[in-house]
Amino acid sequence: MAPNRRGSSTCVFPKMPVIVSAASVVGPREGKGPLGPLFDLVCADTLCGETSWEKAETKMLRQAVDLAEAKAGLEDAEVDFFLAGDLLNQIISSSFTARDKDIPFLGLYGACSTIGEAMALGSFLISGGFARNVLVASSSHHDTAERQYRYPTEFGHQRVPSSQWTVTAAAALLLSAQGEGPKVEAVTVGRVMDFGITDANDMGSAMAPAFADTVWRHLIDLGRSPGDYDAIFSGDLGMVGSKAALHLLKKRGIDLKEVHHDTGLMIYGMEPEICSGASGCGCVASVFAAKIYPELKSGKLKRVLLVPTGALHSPTTCQQAESIPGIAHAVSLVYPGWEEREP
Amino acid sequence: MTRPRTREKEEYIKLATSFHPPRPILRNALLAFLVGGAICTVAQVILGVLSTKLPRVQAQAMTSSIMVFLGALLTGLGVYDEIGRFAGMGAALPITGFANSVVSPAMEFKREGFVLGVSARMFQVAGPVIVYGSLSALIVTILRVYVFG
Repeated sequence: MAPNRRGSSTCVFPKMPVIVSAASVVGPREGKGPLGPLFDLVCADTLCGETSWEKAETKMLRQAVDLAEAKAGLEDAEVDFFLAGDLLNQIISSSFTARDKDIPFLGLYGACSTIGEAMALGSFLISGGFARNVLVASSSHHDTAERQYRYPTEFGHQRVPSSQWTVTAAAALLLSAQGEGPKVEAVTVGRVMDFGITDANDMGSAMAPAFADTVWRHLIDLGRSPGDYDAIFSGDLGMVGSKAALHLLKKRGIDLKEVHHDTGLMIYGMEPEICSGASGCGCVASVFAAKIYPELKSGKLKRVLLVPTGALHSPTTCQQAESIPGIAHAVSLVYPGWEEREP
Repeated sequence: MTRPRTREKEEYIKLATSFHPPRPILRNALLAFLVGGAICTVAQVILGVLSTKLPRVQAQAMTSSIMVFLGALLTGLGVYDEIGRFAGMGAALPITGFANSVVSPAMEFKREGFVLGVSARMFQVAGPVIVYGSLSALIVTILRVYVFG
């Protein structure tokens, strides 16, 4: 077996990559939510001073990326890779952001799991000695996603109670070979799981089996139990998906009730329009950057498992009655004072 | 976890569905009745007023036009989607809802230009209504004229 692999699919880092900075930019609705004061920038409206929502999303991602660099005191020339992804066709928000950055770019797509995929790949690049600093980012915008996946925004219709609300948010993290900050300890790359859910209004249930599978393999691979983590964050299963995921894990003898939180249930208050919770690439990324990252940095949280989950469908596959495959990547993070040893 | 078999998938779908919050059917039906009824009452009043000045057939056609205009106007003002969210089918079923379903994609795709955006996408939502509406009108007419006529 490769020296840094444990069990079936977990990779550990003998020298842990450090997340030296995190930045988040959100829309007005997210700014009014319970995490509002924690975000770095809140746009006054959903257009962010641009002429289209697509341009607004790119601007938000650009702002998040620039902020993450500024916070870490790094210039483009010092960053070796830029890894980013979003929900839009051809991941335009990420590519158009990269157009303005002087950094080698790798575009990613993992739906809402993108930030997990980016953190995993960024950590591999640093750990493998291919990079000193890697910028990872992802974004989503409610209105750009809505027009691509569902209906025109001005179309009057009722939302289904099990559906999730795509957030307007962008976040960026700077991973580095050295520096101060929370560290990436281990990564479990997820398998695509499909339990036959065809309802595009219930993506939480479509992603829950992937979450359960990844968490289960992560714990088995490292010989750990949920109690080894201060918190396990799924992003974003929503209310329906969280229940399904916890049920699936319980059937396997793992009780996550004490430590599980869903970032899709953290970003908004109890608004009926949100239905089952929030979703979107920007949701788990911005909640991590604004809430989880500072708590890890201060040592309030000692070790957390971040598990971004993605629904890998498209409007076309849904119309053709295909089921929705899900994916989840687990990233184990520890606070800066964590003793470096073989995990 | 191993790959799911058909039985596991079926069980899982059943489990996931059991976690769905119930749809507020009674509330939805009541609001649809009240708001849909209110929209139709407005149309009835307009028809009543117009009937005093115009022949009945013309008054009916003009009432429909006025209601379509009102639906389009409220969509443009950003109000009709709120009514739709609140009243569901009560806002979708009257002809104002049809106007909303044509105007909302037209507005949405304005940034993609007038040819490939507005006009190409205008019937994205309403297209099926027009196709199947025309088709069923044709079938009913054939039945009326040649079968029962």
